[in-house]
Amino acid sequence: MGTKSGKSNRGNVDGAGSPHRRWDDFPFSGTPIAQMRIASRPEFLRLVRAMVTEAGDANGCTGECVSQMVMAVDEACQNIIRHAYGGDPDGEIVVDIRREDDCISIHLLDFAAPVDVSTIKPRPLDDVKPGGLGTHFIQQCVDECSFLTPPDGTGNCLRLVKRIT
Amino acid sequence: MAYEVRSEGDTTIVALSGDIDLESSPQVRSVLLESVGAKRGVLVEMSAVSYIDSSGVASLVEAYQSARRGRTLFALVAVSEAAMRVLELARLDQVFAIHTSVTEALADGG
Repeated sequence: MGTKSGKSNRGNVDGAGSPHRRWDDFPFSGTPIAQMRIASRPEFLRLVRAMVTEAGDANGCTGECVSQMVMAVDEACQNIIRHAYGGDPDGEIVVDIRREDDCISIHLLDFAAPVDVSTIKPRPLDDVKPGGLGTHFIQQCVDECSFLTPPDGTGNCLRLVKRIT
Repeated sequence: MAYEVRSEGDTTIVALSGDIDLESSPQVRSVLLESVGAKRGVLVEMSAVSYIDSSGVASLVEAYQSARRGRTLFALVAVSEAAMRVLELARLDQVFAIHTSVTEALADGG
């Protein structure tokens, strides 16, 4: 899935057992548009979709562009809920949306165990079976998709970039 | 997401509406598999589906495969533009039987 960046985005983790994470310190580039923190529960995905829709609309994206961004972010959040957190509803997901020139960047942060990026591949579409389409949808819907190197022990960071059309 | 199930002759029509996402797709999966399991033809009416994600698509594929195993009708009807874009992205528009209306689907036998 996309290229792997060596960019470091180390945040602060305070205390033990229930760490306080300060993602605000992450050196994301671009102008902040919106940020949301949700529990890793399917019922909150509609909130994420609404936020992405508003961000796209407010930044001059066409309806198709917005739809593609919404799908990519929704599918990425699903992957976090299902695979990174393994269905644990008490995980935390941060969705950060920024304007970068003629693009919108979305960073998705989680605090699950680091995923093995090499195992994330779309399945062949000719192999018709339930599941396995999320990664394909993400790749098709955004212009850039890459994992940033997470700080040790603090999860994963997926960066999606969509050119505004 | 909401759904409505009705019968026309020996065919079950499942009308889906709203967002079919990770929250609602288990319910969609359940109603579709139950309908297919009744050994009746199933038409899935999707004109009011505003959003469908990969988990929703997976529910459709699972029901489709179950119907094929049982040699019963399974087709999609009046698929909304939003849902069709997703099916096309997965190239499933070439896999599912898709009709413009229930009347057409019933006339064509699915």
